[in-house]
Amino acid sequence: MIPAVSTSKTAASAKNGPLAKGWKRFRANRAALLSLIFLTVISLAALAADWVAPFSYEAQNMEAILKAPNASNWMGTDSLGRDLFSRIIYGAQMSLAVGVLTALFALILGTLTGALAGYFGGWTDQIIMRLVDLFYIFPSLLLSILLMVLMGRGLSGILLAIGLTAWVTQARLVRGQVLQARELPYVESARAIGTSHFMTIWKHILPNLWGPIIVSLTFQIPTNIMSESFLSFLGLGLEPPLSSWGTLANEGFRAMRGVPHLILFPGVVLFLTLLAFNYLGDGLRDALDPKTQRLVD
Amino acid sequence: MIPFILRRLSVAVPTLLVMTVAVFFLLRLAPGGPFDSERSFPPEIQRAIEEKYGLHEPVLMQYWRWISGALRGDLNESFQYLGQPVAELISSSLPTSFWLGLLSLAFSIVLGIPLGALAAWKRNTWWDTSAMFLAIAGVSLPSYLVASILVLIFSMGLGWFPPALWESWDAMVLPVITLGFRPMAMIARMTRASLLEALTSDYVRTAYAKGLESRVVVFKHAMKNSMVPVLTILGPISANLVTGSFLVEMVFQIPGMGKHFVSAVTNRDYPLVMGVTLVYGVILILSNLVVDLMYGLVDPRIRQ
Repeated sequence: MIPAVSTSKTAASAKNGPLAKGWKRFRANRAALLSLIFLTVISLAALAADWVAPFSYEAQNMEAILKAPNASNWMGTDSLGRDLFSRIIYGAQMSLAVGVLTALFALILGTLTGALAGYFGGWTDQIIMRLVDLFYIFPSLLLSILLMVLMGRGLSGILLAIGLTAWVTQARLVRGQVLQARELPYVESARAIGTSHFMTIWKHILPNLWGPIIVSLTFQIPTNIMSESFLSFLGLGLEPPLSSWGTLANEGFRAMRGVPHLILFPGVVLFLTLLAFNYLGDGLRDALDPKTQRLVD
Repeated sequence: MIPFILRRLSVAVPTLLVMTVAVFFLLRLAPGGPFDSERSFPPEIQRAIEEKYGLHEPVLMQYWRWISGALRGDLNESFQYLGQPVAELISSSLPTSFWLGLLSLAFSIVLGIPLGALAAWKRNTWWDTSAMFLAIAGVSLPSYLVASILVLIFSMGLGWFPPALWESWDAMVLPVITLGFRPMAMIARMTRASLLEALTSDYVRTAYAKGLESRVVVFKHAMKNSMVPVLTILGPISANLVTGSFLVEMVFQIPGMGKHFVSAVTNRDYPLVMGVTLVYGVILILSNLVVDLMYGLVDPRIRQ
């Protein structure tokens, strides 16, 4: 009897908890739900590329060079007779990996610095925010290009080049939020019972900020995917044999006059992915973080 | 007004200085030098070249020589276009990039603000949904895709505009749309959000209570008061126009400064990279200053 009551009670509280409420609001947003499904499919395809892609990304077929889309090559072939559809699936691995990893990097670095600046204030805040301002005024892509040159055009180079410029947005957001939270009674109470500074930030302040943080992460990923494709398109990003949607577009651009599908397909796939991330972000913000005003990237 | 400008400039100068230091040292740390090539020179020639350009000196010394030259307006000679002063390369390409940026900015404002206002005025209607789809699409579209689609349709298909170069006004249309599309979308989203917020205020209710038409309330009363947040994103937008110009100038073969920057970085043309960075820094700081001054114009309360 008693266990039955307690389970129904937990079930009821789960139904009305912030997560359940958020999920309910999120589900009502059709564009966001559709975007989530689309992104899941793309991510799964990228993860299972070896099984999903009909051809290897480097398999050349000299009899089918620059072919228009057809039954066996759904998106046509490139100048070396490689299947574009397969190359786009493999390109998704790189584009998504760069987008997600750099966003996580920015999340960790930005949250850490933003929390320190907002919590301690004073000269800690001064130093961190002057640094942030400097990064902010300097166009991040300009800096990424220079960092790329410094670190080489490999995967780790591009991760650092984008990650090191993307943390600034996160730091500003977290600082602002922590600045507000710092004055709230629960933080004061935590300090009053002798909680250390570190534990106050880690256990009491940050858990209350996960809504805005997740939302900004969702907007950071498409921004970073775009930066990567921008760099790779300019020929300053990833080098073959690594290929992302940006490098595919770069190859496609050179052949645009004769065979436009080589730039249109990678471009459109990238566009749809970013669109989905933006709609997902909007949906998540409305669901998790109704208070924060709409950010414009 | 003048103390304000002076105060801002007193922050701007150190910022510029730190920027040049950072870029200078990043470049020297990078592997590969300006005179590396597939077949290496005999060591004595290599040494002679390095001596001619002062590359054998300690980096700190090199920076000092560069900055003291820059202050006198001497930006050295380019490494990749031998014998050509950087200042000359910049002054011949800057106007093109400047017009490209300015026209794109005008395009984005002229289209972005009405689009956002329309979405807010017709909130939750078909107008709103489509305007906002266009706006979200605008920030999600890679500019190379915009450029390719525009070229495929309007120059290769219809033959209305040339697909490249920057020699006549009709050649400017496609690059300006390409570069201005993303800022237009950002402005449209910001205008909508800020206008919707303004529409909840008391004076709007009063205006409606007086029996004014919603067109007048939205476009005359609320509009003026919702422009400050739109101004705030003009700073990030100018940064966007600078970096966007790299790609647009490459795609449309426009002889601007962005093209110089990309090739200079790839070829380790240190003086050219430094010169262009310095000019970008000045442009960005000035545009942020102009934005700050415009706040005062739009909102008299900030003027103090």
